[in-house]
Amino acid sequence: MNFKELKKNLTRDYTGFKIIKIAILGDSATQLLVQAIKGYGYDEKINFEIYEADYQQIEQEIINLDSKLYEFNPEYIVIFESTEKLINDFYKIGKEYKNNYADTHIERIKNLWNRINRKLNCKIINFNYVEINDNVFGNYGNKVEIAFIYQIKKLNLNLMEAARGYKNIFINDVCTLHNIIGRKNLFDRRLYISSNIVFNIDFLPLVAKNVVDIIKAASGKINKCLILDLDNVVWGGIIGDDGINNIQIGELGIGKAFSELQMWAKQLKERGILLAICSKNTEKIAKEPFTNHPDMILHLDDISIFVVNWGNKVDNIKYIQSVLNIGFDSMVFIDDSSFERNMIRKMIPEITVPELPEDPVDYIPYLRNLNLFETISYSDEDSDRTKKYQYEAKRAKFKTNFSSIDDYLKNLNMIAEVAEFDDYHTPRIAQLTQRSNQFNLRTKRYTEQDISEIRKSNQYITRYFKLEDKFGEYGLIGIVILKKVNNNSVFIDTLIVSCRVLKRGMEEFIFNKIAKLGAREGYNKIIGEYLPTPKNVLVKDIFKEFGFSKEGNRWVLDVKDYRERKTFIKEK
Amino acid sequence: MQKEEILKGVQDVFIDVLEDDNIVLNYNTTADDIMGWDSLNHVVIIVEIEKKFNLKFKLEEIQSFKNIGEICDIIFNKVNTN
Repeated sequence: MNFKELKKNLTRDYTGFKIIKIAILGDSATQLLVQAIKGYGYDEKINFEIYEADYQQIEQEIINLDSKLYEFNPEYIVIFESTEKLINDFYKIGKEYKNNYADTHIERIKNLWNRINRKLNCKIINFNYVEINDNVFGNYGNKVEIAFIYQIKKLNLNLMEAARGYKNIFINDVCTLHNIIGRKNLFDRRLYISSNIVFNIDFLPLVAKNVVDIIKAASGKINKCLILDLDNVVWGGIIGDDGINNIQIGELGIGKAFSELQMWAKQLKERGILLAICSKNTEKIAKEPFTNHPDMILHLDDISIFVVNWGNKVDNIKYIQSVLNIGFDSMVFIDDSSFERNMIRKMIPEITVPELPEDPVDYIPYLRNLNLFETISYSDEDSDRTKKYQYEAKRAKFKTNFSSIDDYLKNLNMIAEVAEFDDYHTPRIAQLTQRSNQFNLRTKRYTEQDISEIRKSNQYITRYFKLEDKFGEYGLIGIVILKKVNNNSVFIDTLIVSCRVLKRGMEEFIFNKIAKLGAREGYNKIIGEYLPTPKNVLVKDIFKEFGFSKEGNRWVLDVKDYRERKTFIKEK
Repeated sequence: MQKEEILKGVQDVFIDVLEDDNIVLNYNTTADDIMGWDSLNHVVIIVEIEKKFNLKFKLEEIQSFKNIGEICDIIFNKVNTN
């Protein structure tokens, strides 16, 4: 039945039909659902008497024993929570609670059921949840506990398991209904019956793209930075014209659409994606909402770099790139102006510049579904990345106090921690092999499993390096994997230093360490190899600089000839 | 819609899918006459024809086509009974 027919039924005569009392509790507007249920009643010869709770009153109605719900005394209670609402709640809770979201939520629901059961003798129809992937983690979210897709799927499973313990609970499988409608567009029975093909031709490209997205991420092509325009992207309207009180965010106008975009950006930031602002505006005016508007979700400390002026965006994005020191090909630029988009595409072709839908209400589903931030790893350090880039800005300022680099480095009070690979650091170590491009001698990409195997094998000597200084921690910023070749020599399988700490003496510190390690473990020769990529030119002469001599394609260092290099980094 | 128009539309789909501007179809053309019209491309061609004429074939119809003329007949019937 379509909705119009059901609605027509409402005007018909229900007298004499059996009366069934239903209460509908929802966190979204439920009026049309009520009409549809009532309309079906006519065909089934049932007169549904429906109590519709006020919007978003699920908990209050159930907890409060004097509520109208209990007064109404329904035979059925329908509980309808929407994924749209849940995702907003999920975004609001801290990272440390996200991995328990589904478990906490099911307890909450069970409490509601118990409460109802104590007071009423009725049946409860609980909706399950549409499984939306916000793609903050891409497909990888399916194995990250703090990803929304992980928790919402778990919640559906929790709901089934919980319902098994109650005779009067029934699940309305909305998730499957959703799939049925989706499946109409992606499954062609004829192709299946005749040729055993399970996805139709219009859907296959999406499946293929997912595979390619994962492979791209696994081979190091990942986006690390999201650059946002302000007017009509972060908020609706033009801050310079409309002023802080009239821009659309929160409840004003179509502000919800922009708030959702901000929430999404904030989740990406918490995952470790750097946020940058690039907008043609007067800086002071553009910053005002970030500091003073109560509905802003993004704040200045979420933003790694804020570039707002009347200059052209090509120069501004080049500036952002130079400060963050990451490749253009790891940046995404979002702007509502097709002029700006095309200009950036033309002048900086490496950067990802998605089209944007005409209507801002479509921004979020569109951007989510592009899956711009697929990844193959996540470590706890990621969420602090923005902070690290902000420390970096402070260091840059501090640096201007000193006339020589040595003075500056000395005054940073740098301390390094060096240790063998361990379980705890494995995700970050794998990630460093996947993300680093510049100071990376052989660009070998390793998964967490690879790193665990290397760690357990006696064929390798491993070290990770962490660094901190007076401004804060850099985290785990370097790794060395030495492979034993024979009793006499080791081969540098992997040597990576994060670009965040280059030119601070970490290179010297690590090479000193490698030479010492070699000597201590009884290896006279250290063999190195440089495999060029378009991005690691930086280290093409590194072996020469550290006294290795060339033998064919390889570089060899006689450990006893190594001259220890000067560095201001102390070991913890 | 006239039959010639349908033939022309089907021909456009073949040219597009098989990427061959030289394809000329007539009612007697069969798979043997057209390079690249194999079973996999057949699937793609059928889907594209459905989109172009905004209709759906039954599986039996797809499997029973012997030549272009029969495809055009079925399209003709579907288009003109709607």
